Amino acid sequence: MAETPDWWPFAVILVGAAATYVWRGLGVALSGRIDPDGRAFEWAACIAYALVAALVARMIVLPTGPLAETPLADRLGATALSLAVYFLAGRNMLWGVGAGVGALTLLTWY
Amino acid sequence: MSRSLPKKDFGGRRAAVLAGIRRAAGAPAVVLGASFTGFGALVHQTGLSVWHALFSTATGWAQPGQVALFELYGLGASILVIGAAVTLTSVRLLPMAVTLMPLVRAPGTPRWLYYLAANWVAVTTWAFAMRDCPRMPAAQRLPYFLGFGCALWGVSLAATALGFALAGAVPLPVTLGLVFINPIYFMLMTAADVRGRARILAAVLGAAAGPALYLLTPDWSLLLAGVGAGSLGFLLGGGFRRRV
Repeated sequence: MAETPDWWPFAVILVGAAATYVWRGLGVALSGRIDPDGRAFEWAACIAYALVAALVARMIVLPTGPLAETPLADRLGATALSLAVYFLAGRNMLWGVGAGVGALTLLTWY
Repeated sequence: MSRSLPKKDFGGRRAAVLAGIRRAAGAPAVVLGASFTGFGALVHQTGLSVWHALFSTATGWAQPGQVALFELYGLGASILVIGAAVTLTSVRLLPMAVTLMPLVRAPGTPRWLYYLAANWVAVTTWAFAMRDCPRMPAAQRLPYFLGFGCALWGVSLAATALGFALAGAVPLPVTLGLVFINPIYFMLMTAADVRGRARILAAVLGAAAGPALYLLTPDWSLLLAGVGAGSLGFLLGGGFRRRV
């Protein structure tokens, strides 16, 4: 992307920031006036969960950058271990993340 | 790990801000710090600068959206696709703001302060505030939330810079581990709070559709998977029949 001007990434990031704040600001404006358990919210929540799950699966199965050089089996193994440790440790986020990241680091060390 | 719940009355607004900061300086700071270290490392891999990473954390503090933005930017996706993907990823902040605001409302608070405070509505801050704030006098809730949110925001900025610096300095396997933090963290976060048939179905379908659609259309796959799998999960999971 050599032709894009220097400020272009900042413009993209600002668009992202605006796209994020819109919902927060709208939430303040609408609070007390709409039902956060309604169907429209449920649909939006489903889309948000699907989108994040799609992003996560893609980053693990078909990563970009240097992670793409690691074997798929290593990434899947580290992912499975992370899930197992997370639940076995009583839904402990730190243990789960630590196990997955540690496993991938060790598997790719040699 | 388990910290004692804060007292019901801190005695004043300033003390409530400090109590919020203290509350953040524990497990929340460690978990978010790790996540933003991963984000910094990920931005390093896209070839952009540390200023881009910090600018993103400073202006649009909402993790999965930030990662989606840099991943899509790295793929050369258009600004429209990136904006739409971040918008859809961030929808979850709306119900959070809607449910949190009545809780932190207090007489005499200027309206703009709520709009400013909304900037720190995120999964972690929302979950803690929803649990802690009902125990406090109304006037201390917003200061507590601001202290908590700003402390985590500061930790996130420092961690973003740290992750970026580490990614260029440590052995490759460690860098790979750092970049791996985000997908693992988001996966566990989703597993931790996804409830109800429709949402679980949406997440499972999305996980299957994400890589498959990526092979067909890299830059549109995230949007298609999100809207398609999300809507399918909503319909098949009985989202229409949901009444609360």
